[in-house]
Amino acid sequence: MGDFDFDVIGRSLPYLWKGMQYTLTLTLTAMTGGIIFGSLLAMARLSSIKPLVLVATVYVNLMRSIPLVLVIFWFYFLVPLLGQWLTTSDTPITVGPDQTALISFTLFEIAYYCEIIRAGIQSIPTGQVSAAKAIGFTYSQQMLYVILPQAFRNMLPVLLTQTIVLFQDTSLVYVISGTDFLGAASKIAQRDSRLIEMYSFAAVVYFLISFVLSQFVKQMQAKTTLAKS
Amino acid sequence: MNSYNWNWFVFFEEVATGDEKYYQWILSGLLWTIATSLVAWVIALILGVIVGVIRTLPNKGLVLLGDSYVEIFRNIPLIVQMFLWFFVLPELVPSNVGDWIKQDLPLPEFTTAVISLAFFTSARIAEQVKAGILSLPVGQKGAALAIGFTLPQVYRYVLLPVAFRIMIPPLTSELMNIFKNSSVALTIGMLELTAVAKQMNEYTFQGFEVFTVVTILYIIVAFTANRLMALIEYKTQIPGYLKGR
Repeated sequence: MGDFDFDVIGRSLPYLWKGMQYTLTLTLTAMTGGIIFGSLLAMARLSSIKPLVLVATVYVNLMRSIPLVLVIFWFYFLVPLLGQWLTTSDTPITVGPDQTALISFTLFEIAYYCEIIRAGIQSIPTGQVSAAKAIGFTYSQQMLYVILPQAFRNMLPVLLTQTIVLFQDTSLVYVISGTDFLGAASKIAQRDSRLIEMYSFAAVVYFLISFVLSQFVKQMQAKTTLAKS
Repeated sequence: MNSYNWNWFVFFEEVATGDEKYYQWILSGLLWTIATSLVAWVIALILGVIVGVIRTLPNKGLVLLGDSYVEIFRNIPLIVQMFLWFFVLPELVPSNVGDWIKQDLPLPEFTTAVISLAFFTSARIAEQVKAGILSLPVGQKGAALAIGFTLPQVYRYVLLPVAFRIMIPPLTSELMNIFKNSSVALTIGMLELTAVAKQMNEYTFQGFEVFTVVTILYIIVAFTANRLMALIEYKTQIPGYLKGR
């Protein structure tokens, strides 16, 4: 291990940072989209309108039973065709891996956040809904002012844990040659034949970020359980 | 989408590069996915139970060791772990071992995929094993020790039999995850189900048909795994004990 070249990491830091910025953008976009649309999908799954329940359930179960890599390939193949159809052009439009990843990750994560939020909504005692109805709240008022604020407070640790999983999963854009943090590290690794250095460094960085975040979630969990008892 | 040419018979066409048919490709991919996942699952269960038990022992040093194991394998993305096993490990070990790994290791992609998946999943299983054991009333362990059981006997005859049954539902989702996670092995060149689908799409441009069939195959695998675990849960339940939990 005498020839471990720390210099290659130092030299490529600006490029790696650009990759990390994309990783973070992808994580935050998929998380925001996942939570917003996941909430809507959770409400659809819990509604009393049968077709809505069916569509939402099929979507969630479909997304949750296939690998993320396959979802990425699906959209890498579908998005140009859909774009062609929407813009009524003659040839499939070209969409880069980075945009494709944003779409596939968001649509994939919606299903996972939906299930967390659904459990969160169901954990709220039904008396809360009845009380909100009794004082004349409409459905959206019940959700916005009574149910969701309490539900989100309860499920914050689980939502954050899912986000840590998502942060790690973004490394899979490697399969469509996206330039996220791992993609950047791997491109330098191959250009300079420095696989050991770059992959070890990538592992350390992913570990540190995920570990620190998960410790933070643990502390938060301890605090919320204390507040409840 | 009017420019798309549907062709569901594409699976019965011959592969451009050889004398195979595409459906044989897909089947071989499916078999690699199942083989990788099942072998990794068995190893992950063994490692996961050992590490999970260690984390509940009354020895701070061992607990720290077990906790570190879990944190390491949980906080590094699976694809990075695969790269570490595949590209980095052979360079870190003594050069004769490294050369053996690079030249003579049988089925290098399969072996690496199994090892990475097994360690990655074992950390998650260890977490469930620990949670399962800790969910039992402390009196169980105390009572067992009081009647003269040694610590290994306490685990073997009192704690684990019940903890294992409690763990079945979370283990079900881990089993379903391992089949999905095995698709990451395509990054080290293993021709599992997702990899053959990708190649077949590149050869035939019939993405809809290819990805639809592969999606259905994954759903069937996930469903089978789910039913199998439900059967085990039903067969192993202790009459009158864990009902209504």
